[in-house]
Amino acid sequence: MIDRRQFTRLAAALAVGFVAAPSLAADPVRVAFIDPLSGPFAAVGASGLKQFQFIANEINKSGGVLGGRKIEVIGFDNKISPKESLIQLKRVIGDGIQVIVQGNSSGVANALTDAVAKHNEREPSKRVLYLNYSAVDPSLTNEKCNYWHFRFDANADMKMNALTDVINTDKKMKSIYIIGQDYSFGKAVAAAAVRDLGLKRPDIKIAGNELHPIGKVKDFSPYIAKIKASGAQAVITGNWGADMLGLAKAANDAGLEIPFYTYYAAANGITKAIGAGGVDKVRLVGEGATNPPLTAEWRDVLKRFRAKYPDDRDFTQTRIANTLQMLALAINKAKSTEPAKVAAALEGMRYTTYWGDVVTMRASDHQLQMPVRIFVHTNKNIEFDIDHSGYGLLTESTVSAHVASTPTTCKMQRP
Amino acid sequence: MLELIVFSLLNGLVYGLLLFMLSSGLTLIFSMMGVLNFAHASLYMLGAYLAYTISLKIGFWPGLIIAPLLVGVVGALIERYGLRNVHRYGHVAELIFTFGVAFLIEESVQLVWGRQNVDYREPEILSFPLFTLWGTDFPAYKAFMLAISVAIFIALLLVLTRSRVGLIIQAAITHPNQVAMLGHNVPLVFTGVFGVGSALAGLAGVIAGPALGTFPGMAAVLGSIVFVVIVVGGLGSLAGAFVASLLIGMLQTFAVAVDYSLEDLFAAVGITTSKTSALIDLYTVTVAQIGPILPYLLLVLILIFRPTGLLGKREV
Repeated sequence: MIDRRQFTRLAAALAVGFVAAPSLAADPVRVAFIDPLSGPFAAVGASGLKQFQFIANEINKSGGVLGGRKIEVIGFDNKISPKESLIQLKRVIGDGIQVIVQGNSSGVANALTDAVAKHNEREPSKRVLYLNYSAVDPSLTNEKCNYWHFRFDANADMKMNALTDVINTDKKMKSIYIIGQDYSFGKAVAAAAVRDLGLKRPDIKIAGNELHPIGKVKDFSPYIAKIKASGAQAVITGNWGADMLGLAKAANDAGLEIPFYTYYAAANGITKAIGAGGVDKVRLVGEGATNPPLTAEWRDVLKRFRAKYPDDRDFTQTRIANTLQMLALAINKAKSTEPAKVAAALEGMRYTTYWGDVVTMRASDHQLQMPVRIFVHTNKNIEFDIDHSGYGLLTESTVSAHVASTPTTCKMQRP
Repeated sequence: MLELIVFSLLNGLVYGLLLFMLSSGLTLIFSMMGVLNFAHASLYMLGAYLAYTISLKIGFWPGLIIAPLLVGVVGALIERYGLRNVHRYGHVAELIFTFGVAFLIEESVQLVWGRQNVDYREPEILSFPLFTLWGTDFPAYKAFMLAISVAIFIALLLVLTRSRVGLIIQAAITHPNQVAMLGHNVPLVFTGVFGVGSALAGLAGVIAGPALGTFPGMAAVLGSIVFVVIVVGGLGSLAGAFVASLLIGMLQTFAVAVDYSLEDLFAAVGITTSKTSALIDLYTVTVAQIGPILPYLLLVLILIFRPTGLLGKREV
């Protein structure tokens, strides 16, 4: 126990520490992570935050940025609501944080990119930089593009292009069912699927094009019954989080064993729910290869992550590594954390990822140009399984950055 | 078409009976104490997570018994040491209290079990397709859910209408003072009913966890719908809750299967809608898309045209 005087001294020391901290050169570069940390999508948000903090730690171990400053990632719960996100953005700006990262839900991303653009115009002295690591609605780097927004994930069009290339190789495929969440991303996926299939395989019938409410469906069995009744030979879905888990569970329960072409059918319980029923049937489009990891360095990083978080050990959102590493590079290149300088440094930046891909931040729309991979759910040749299940994602094919690239309609307004 | 109808019926039945298990406790608690227990869905969540842990340690079947009992005890403690003290400040205080308890339970669950989905599975013995129709499996576990729900309904009905305890409970719902004057310990009856209601919510969680997923948002997705069930069914009416649960289960399941929109309806009667109409978004929304709000529409209609609910005796 401490007595009263000691307590007073301690409190005084702490107070001095707090007041003195901002003037120290070594105070951390703070990054605000605005994503769901409660509600139906908490699992995805919480694991994303963990992966960001892990990569921040990796950067800090090798010297941090600007000659020794550490990167600190702080979570802000937006409950996946655009309204809540804007409140958190205000808090973040009030706290003097200059970088925000967000990825879950393009609905949130659309609200944030507008708010960030307006804020930066109004208060040039307190600008913030918006790094989008996962919201893939194509409009964010097309008609709605904004100088302060950078996307580190392949957009829905790039991903659908790769998925439909795989579908195209199956000449027996005659009918496909599209199901997605009823918001901007789900609609973008459906539109891209209809368009790409129409171009590549006009003979394939769209057996159903369904949107369901996001995060509200308790039981997907009725949807599975409908897919089954439609006679579709395959399913395309952009579902993620609880909605993908529910869909996979219901498909497994009903014994619906047709191929699934997905954006996010892995991790957070989904891989385990798919289990044996989805081997060689469930495919996912993504970026970072984990099986095989392609480089020794990447294998070490994945192993360190496992050692650090033995219970929740899957580093699944590999784009998070690129996002934070490129931010660190840009801060060092700009010799400043001032968003305008960092943004200028990010434009056109080339970076070699942990797994050896060379990626470029296209200046014209701030969409990262990157190779896109197709993974297949399996338990063979899996070094890094997911959900402790023995099943994982095996790289099946790689689309080079050049081929994966899609044109943009963005007319970038530079400050 | 037939296969879609059959499977929609089955799925609606499973879902409806699950709703019943949740709403039966809620409607009993409401009719007896006048408290809308916002923490009810959180207790459902607590049941699923407790059963998950128990299933890891000693198996699914002990969890099926122990987890609801634990949740029942938690419920009884909430009533005895929380609600009873708040009671004297009126219904608003009680409402806010249960609201607070709901947050408390949900956050505690996430503190203990984390924010990840936990892998709570049905027992091996039940993980096989019971039958296969038109190539679609009907899992044995869902049949098990049906059986448990029906058994609970029958048991509750028998206890409430045929047993002495049931008589006292029924009397205490309408005439608590007279029951107390006859020498019955009404506060104890309240605690018991709250405990049993909580245990039922816990049981619903235990059996729904493996089928619908055990994750941090599981209370939120069912939280509001159970209130719709008890209002539509009629407050305090067990049979009403049963009918309303099935009705809403079927309504939501069948809505998914219907791809027609207002535009199709207009076309059928010969009206063509312009693609540039300001209301085009409204015209093209399909029944499947608005499925999730249909129960709330039903709620509004019931409140307007039959405020007592389908089988209830008093107004909301």
